[in-house]
Amino acid sequence: MSKTTETVRKTLARRYRAEKRFRAYGIASVSIGLLAVVLLFSDIISKGTSGFFETYVQLEVTYDSELLGINDPTDQEQLMFADFSAVIKQSLRQRFPDVEGRTEKRALYSLISNGASYSLRDHIKDNPHLIGTTATMWLLADDDVDVYSKANIATRSETARLSESQQAWISSLEQSGDIDRRFNASLFTHGDSREPELAGLWGAAVGSFFTMLVTVALAFPIGVAAAVYLEEFAPKNKITDFIEVNINNLAAVPSIIFGLLGLAVFIGFFGMPRSVPLVGGIVLTLMTLPTIIISARASIKSVPPSIREAALGLGASKMQVVLHHVLPLALPGMLTGAILGMAQALGETAPLLMIGMVAFIVDVPGGPVSPATVLPVQIYLWADSPETSFVALTSAAIMVLLGFLITMNTFAVILRKRLERRW
Amino acid sequence: MQTGNLLLLLIAIGAAVWYLGYRRSHAVAAPLGGIRHLHSLPSYYAMLAMIWCVLPALALLGMWLIIDDSIIRNSVISALPVAALPTDEVGYNLLMNKIQNVASGALAEDAVQPYVAIAAEHLNSLRRSNTQLLTLFFVCLSVLGGVWGWSRIQPQLRARQRVEKVIQFLLMLSALVAILTTVGIVFSVLFESIRFFGKVSPAEFLFGLEWSPQTALRADQVASSGAFGAVPLFAGTLLISAIALIIAVPVGLMSAIYLAEYAHPKFRAFAKPTLEILAGVPTVVYGFFAALTVAPFIRELGDSIGLSVASESALAAGLVMGVMIIPFVSSLSDDVITAVPNAMRDGSLALGATKSETIKQVIIPAALPGIMGGVLLAASRAIGETMIVVMAAGLAANLTANPLEAVTTITVQIVTLLVGDQEFDSAKTLAAFALGLMLFLTTLALNIIALRIVKKYREQYE
Repeated sequence: MSKTTETVRKTLARRYRAEKRFRAYGIASVSIGLLAVVLLFSDIISKGTSGFFETYVQLEVTYDSELLGINDPTDQEQLMFADFSAVIKQSLRQRFPDVEGRTEKRALYSLISNGASYSLRDHIKDNPHLIGTTATMWLLADDDVDVYSKANIATRSETARLSESQQAWISSLEQSGDIDRRFNASLFTHGDSREPELAGLWGAAVGSFFTMLVTVALAFPIGVAAAVYLEEFAPKNKITDFIEVNINNLAAVPSIIFGLLGLAVFIGFFGMPRSVPLVGGIVLTLMTLPTIIISARASIKSVPPSIREAALGLGASKMQVVLHHVLPLALPGMLTGAILGMAQALGETAPLLMIGMVAFIVDVPGGPVSPATVLPVQIYLWADSPETSFVALTSAAIMVLLGFLITMNTFAVILRKRLERRW
Repeated sequence: MQTGNLLLLLIAIGAAVWYLGYRRSHAVAAPLGGIRHLHSLPSYYAMLAMIWCVLPALALLGMWLIIDDSIIRNSVISALPVAALPTDEVGYNLLMNKIQNVASGALAEDAVQPYVAIAAEHLNSLRRSNTQLLTLFFVCLSVLGGVWGWSRIQPQLRARQRVEKVIQFLLMLSALVAILTTVGIVFSVLFESIRFFGKVSPAEFLFGLEWSPQTALRADQVASSGAFGAVPLFAGTLLISAIALIIAVPVGLMSAIYLAEYAHPKFRAFAKPTLEILAGVPTVVYGFFAALTVAPFIRELGDSIGLSVASESALAAGLVMGVMIIPFVSSLSDDVITAVPNAMRDGSLALGATKSETIKQVIIPAALPGIMGGVLLAASRAIGETMIVVMAAGLAANLTANPLEAVTTITVQIVTLLVGDQEFDSAKTLAAFALGLMLFLTTLALNIIALRIVKKYREQYE
């Protein structure tokens, strides 16, 4: 054995150990990343699943025409002003006849949501013949009841925001099978509300839709046009270089800066209204443009020069080559890039806070110039709300948002696989 | 008519002009013996006529919408009696709002001074005639343009070249949007910052140690002058970003190395996209995760070993931000590691080095500039990240290096200063733009350096 072999052999064990260690670091790093994905998703799913369900209480409701103040059930105005909460209070008193005193009674009434009287009204509107009769109805419970009834039975009395007598009433309702959990339809049909059990995502979803509509309508044509110009027509000069540097830098500018731009230029200088999807859409357009331009350029570049040369050889003009041949061939790649850019815009919050899309808006927006909020901002608003119920609701909203994003990304991947051509 | 309706009308007129132009190009070609005697295809003539119809009308609409509001305002204000004229800008805005509310019917006419009611009436009539005039001019211009374009259709007209010129011009305009955006950003933050530095000296802003932007409404209130020393914000931003990078750089780099050099292709095909999910999750979700799961967990952990941890600790925000930028670091590092030529790898292995020695002593040094660029880009990401810190970091501007305490960042302050009620023209509102300027300059510098390094590195091996 030579001397060199000797020295190498001596250190070999140590070197192999170092090799193993290094490998272990790598595995640990990948595991940390994967673990983060798992933790994030399991945390949100475990918190949010209960947000898709709401607690209902079953009560015997007597539609006393005197108590309601209705003598003609077909009269819409009377229905509008009828006191359905009195009916609910009466049936609660009947269910728990031994409740005495103002505070106790008020505690009893607070078990049922304020929204229940509206659902009773709608029910009577559809079935006017029910006036004067008694029926068993499932009524929406208050959010505190909801949290309490969803919580772990063994430990829930320690964390509950309910008084002891309220807890006793709920237990009694639970024992008689008068408490049930149903699908939270209001989450998908209502606008925002201060009451967690009535709050819904629909207003924000519509706001997101209008914002995305503006973004798509502006960002895709402008992005594709800019990419075509830069790839096919731009002369190699200082201005073109400057544009390229600009695009690369804009892609990495923090999104909140675009919000400042929107606030100062569109709202401050042009006097556009605050909180509207139009301005939000324009700001998000400027933000996603670099992404779309970069991906569109990549897909234009991937069209082989032989296509261009063949078209030119047949006498097509430069513009005809681009519009008739290059663009259709590059379109699938451009669409994929655009969808990914839209997904990024759909999840963006910070710039929209700057232009006032963070207001508390109950109404579902009617168009791109009516005040609105968007899904991620709604999540931000709910996450800031103090009520415990909003935690589940926020997580449910996050699941809805992630659902949209996953759909868009999957669609982009499928599109790429189906339409992408290998040259 | 509403702008949307005007646009629909324009589409209809444009389509009609296109059709008529198409017919006319056929008509002028017929006596010559068919369309092959035309200079261009008939659709180019039609297109040219349509361009004449649509573009000038669109330009008119854009200009009109930009200037009409201020003209109406000035006219309303100048019609007011001299005694009622507002003296300053705040009074002007108040009065304008009042007039607008009366005009839209939100405020009853008898609840305001008679001159406001008259002005509201005036405003309404101006608005009516404004829309009527706009509709009239818009329709006239589009029809005239269309007729002009239609009448110019001649066999010798070089229609294709002209249409292509116009299209190329429009393409160039689209590319200029990128420059306009940069210019818009620079001007919007610069102008407001200059106004801010007129109220607060730059030295105080850059080197002051105290940040409390709450200015009092009345002069005799306690703490009536806000303090605008931004050092605590810079320190807080750096602290949180540093925590994030301490998490993200080793984890991201090591995952990239493992996935590029060691992992089985099947595992790589699964792990890489899974890690990249982290980059696609909206930041508001991370914010929620940080504020409601990570922060309480860290606080309880601290309590159990006897440490007092703030509920909005820098550690929680930094940790989650680190997770967010892991895929950013790993995919950039992956790119540069796979770009290192195989010859270098093989050479090192052939000399008897183990794989990890090859990576540590050959690949990483070769890829270092690219990795540095990636880290700088990640740093600029972390500094500009907003939602995580808004939701999970504090508002109090503590000057501390302890990650267990609450700190605040530049982006948090921008959001808190600009969300909600804004005092017009106050130092408080303007401070947000000065912070925005700092943020923009910092991230811009980081990006430029990073892009330069990456570009130089790429040239080295190409």
